[in-house]
Amino acid sequence: MSIADYSDRIPNNVDLAGDRKLQRALEAWQPHFLDWWQQQGPVDFQESEIYLRTAISVDQEGWAQFGHVKMPDYRWGIFLADAKPDRTIAYGDHLGEPAWQQVPGEYRGELQRLIVVQGDTEPASVEQQRHLCHTAPSLYDLRNLFQVNVEEARHLWAMVYLLHGFFGRDGREEADELLHRTSGDRDHPRILGAFNERTPDWLSFFFFTYFTDRDGKYQLASLAESGFDPLARTCQFMLKEEAHHMFVGATGIGRVVQRTVELMRAHDTDDVAPYGGINLDTLQRYLNFHFSVSLDLFGAETSTNAANYYAAGLKGRFQEESRADDHRLHGDEVAVPTVADGRITTETVTALSALNLTLRDDYAADCQKGIDRWNRILAPIGRRLLAPHIGFNRQVGRFRGHPVTPDGRLVDAATWEAQRDAWLPNAADQAHVASLMTAVREPGRMANWLAAPANGINGRPLDFEYVRG
Amino acid sequence: MSTRTDVAPLGPIGFDRDPSGYRHWSLAVDGNIATVTMRVDPDGGVRPDYQLRLNSYDLGVDIELHDVVQRLRFEHPEVHAVVLTGGLDKTFCAGANIQMLAGATHAHKVNFCKFTNETRNSIEDAGRHSGQVWLAAVNGTAAGGGYELALACEDIVLIDDRSSAVSLPEVALLAVLPGTGGLTRVVDKRKVRRDLADLFSTRTEGARGRQALQWGLVDAIAPRSSFDATVAERAAALAARSDRPAGPADAISLRPIDVVDDGRTRRYGHVTVAYDRAERSAAITVSGPGPEHAGDAVERLRAEGDRYWPLAACRQLDDALLHLRFNEPELGTWVLRTEGDPEAVLAVDAALAAAADHWLVREVRLFWARTLRRLDLSARTLITLVEPGSCFAGTLAELAWAADRTLQYDDLDGEHPPATLTVAAANGGWYPMANGLTRLQSRVWGHDELVGEAMASSGEPLDATAAAAAGLVTAAVDDIDWDDEIRLLLAERAGYSPDALTAMEANLRFVGPETMETTLFGRLPAWQNWVFSRPNATGPDGALLRYGSGTRPAYDRTRA
Ligand SMILES: [Fe+2]
Repeated sequence: MSIADYSDRIPNNVDLAGDRKLQRALEAWQPHFLDWWQQQGPVDFQESEIYLRTAISVDQEGWAQFGHVKMPDYRWGIFLADAKPDRTIAYGDHLGEPAWQQVPGEYRGELQRLIVVQGDTEPASVEQQRHLCHTAPSLYDLRNLFQVNVEEARHLWAMVYLLHGFFGRDGREEADELLHRTSGDRDHPRILGAFNERTPDWLSFFFFTYFTDRDGKYQLASLAESGFDPLARTCQFMLKEEAHHMFVGATGIGRVVQRTVELMRAHDTDDVAPYGGINLDTLQRYLNFHFSVSLDLFGAETSTNAANYYAAGLKGRFQEESRADDHRLHGDEVAVPTVADGRITTETVTALSALNLTLRDDYAADCQKGIDRWNRILAPIGRRLLAPHIGFNRQVGRFRGHPVTPDGRLVDAATWEAQRDAWLPNAADQAHVASLMTAVREPGRMANWLAAPANGINGRPLDFEYVRG
Repeated sequence: MSTRTDVAPLGPIGFDRDPSGYRHWSLAVDGNIATVTMRVDPDGGVRPDYQLRLNSYDLGVDIELHDVVQRLRFEHPEVHAVVLTGGLDKTFCAGANIQMLAGATHAHKVNFCKFTNETRNSIEDAGRHSGQVWLAAVNGTAAGGGYELALACEDIVLIDDRSSAVSLPEVALLAVLPGTGGLTRVVDKRKVRRDLADLFSTRTEGARGRQALQWGLVDAIAPRSSFDATVAERAAALAARSDRPAGPADAISLRPIDVVDDGRTRRYGHVTVAYDRAERSAAITVSGPGPEHAGDAVERLRAEGDRYWPLAACRQLDDALLHLRFNEPELGTWVLRTEGDPEAVLAVDAALAAAADHWLVREVRLFWARTLRRLDLSARTLITLVEPGSCFAGTLAELAWAADRTLQYDDLDGEHPPATLTVAAANGGWYPMANGLTRLQSRVWGHDELVGEAMASSGEPLDATAAAAAGLVTAAVDDIDWDDEIRLLLAERAGYSPDALTAMEANLRFVGPETMETTLFGRLPAWQNWVFSRPNATGPDGALLRYGSGTRPAYDRTRA
């Protein structure tokens, strides 16, 4: 690629054309990325033209340019949110000091690790979802899947930019490794366990984008507070795209709920499965599963790593600056839900040690908003979906090994196991959902198990050919 | 006696001395014997809060001794033996001044001990390699560091006057260890039985006359009346072994070292030190020889004297190292660079090799060996950067392997002359480290084949890829990464605990066999610094502060 091609092929606002170092690093990396996309990206439709949004700049007009494009030709770009002049670090031991424009050597290892872990999740979700294109319930949904995929891949670019631009040789090696690990691979799995599970069906995809991508949003939001300014600005822009992914999840589940309500009314029954719908009980079990495993992604409630990251100014709290406290948290305390003496109670710990919990609480409150929206659809028939208790089905943290019911009772293991199929997706649910997964390719038509969306993409009609060829 | 520990830090300490300015020593040469007499000026301490009574010494006294040792080697080829004696009645030397130690910062104590140890080693080095053997004429009591000074000499004659003794009273009186190798030299050098050494080292009164001789603590005793004659006779016998020239042929004088320091940069003729206080590092750049230094080494030394590049550059580097050690304790990383023509360095090496038998040429190489060891023993992170325009070849290539990490510039764009590293004969044993190995051997310890391959490549400039493949540098770093790598490495290093780094580096640098020297610079300071940081020695009720106060120290009796 010639230098002149760079800003065209790789839209960016990091002066790629003038940065010989970055060019050379990307020259070596980009072919590997394209190989990865071909081998681990969507299993089909690589030659199709997809109506995709491409970011070519960070301003209002530039960040969402729509047009049909073949995915391998997608222009993955590198964008940082606009710099805040004279930004200072908003918390921790470096509170009030100028934000770092270069990696502070003292924290090089920690920062690189944070970026690598975040970067590893981005391609992982593309890999997890690569088979879904064969069973999309509409062209509209197929296009949304691809939009999420290319943007997750762009998030990989964003993290690779940081590794290439600021971490020297080690950073380049880590950038290569991001392409060499693969979701579910026995020898070289993705770093976080949850990103090694295949997304088996579209219902899971909607729940994944609602709950698990939302975990990503909260991780990004805390990195967007980083004292390392390039990381903060990168994450700020990524959050804009992440919002769309959660929109796909929230509206996806909403449309399923909508369709279920329609079928329940039309056939006057709770059991809509025979009519090609998905029962509310099944939806509740999927919700229970995805909510609980996403909570695990926040790690243990108390963590010295999290405290160190905060004190060092590497990773803040969600919306750190709008919080009314001293942003150092020395001496502050919080209550951690825990299990002690055979009951669910709380334990008081230092606020600094419990930052994972703080972020998780913010996350859980955010999740509830979507559930409330779905419940408005359910209101006419007098039904509700409920977020399970935070202790339910946990493999990480204080509730690990403690059988807690969705409504928050501590029970014995046998009782819990006996109810497992009532609380978590069971074989019958999975078989039924799998039976519904047949592709719909006719523009404007929807599979029977979900309602049509309220609007098309970018003002286009619903029967627009979002995917061509 | 003072119990102050809040003494103001010392101003910058200089290490260059001129004999006309000595306050504590005098030198007399008679035929092939020199007599060095210690008569410490009590008011000549580097800090005003103590008096250097009874020939006790502080850093200033030892800097002059260091200068004496150096000048005898370079300026006095005709001196074949050196008699070291005390200039006070009934006192040879009382050792390091206790009040000075009590009021010194921990860092100063450590640096002081290291420097005095290096000077004592150079006394031994002169006897072993230069044909200039030292004899201690212990004309009165030699206590603690005083006896340790005698121990650095090859021969010890103790006056047998029924009162003069040699002793190591540190444990019993001060709750610390003899700090300049006394314990090690007693058992490892003099082969005193260790049970007797234990007995000796806990007896404040030490050993006198016959007993000292019996235990092997001294080599000869003589009564007052025949003391001088005995010393003279033994010195003559030592001098007879020397291979140094009979007359003052080719002697040179070590002129003052020219240096300009503006607080940001310290400039010598061939060495520049740039301070980076923000990054807590110092960049030391050694410039290689120019064309004017080419040619026969003896001829050049006759023509240029101490301005001959290998000697001048070494003096400047040595002075820079001492300056940084003592005066810039917070600059925790030294970045080592060179600039010049590698071929010119090799040419000077070849000239030194061709005249290796000449006493002065030998001194030049021995001086490099000591200075490089001083570098090895410096409690700083050492990072060597092999860059375009550098001259890491032969003697200067030692800097590449003295370092804890060595990075070599890999010029993918071909915009610069290649950065090269050249192995040469000098790397095969001219400059042994404290562990007796070459720096190359120490770098790839346990991989003799790599040493063999490296030596086989002698004279061949290795680019970054070749040097990295041969295990000679830590990494070949792409030109695009170069600045980032170095910035990050320095910043990262500056973030770690200086104590942990010092300890880690000391553990990794001296691989392989233990020698008396590695014991002196490894085991001794590790234990000594442990003792120094314990309240039994340095706490408010500890022995160092209570010494001489009339109040006995109060010890925590727990054995740890
Ligand atoms: Fe993402």
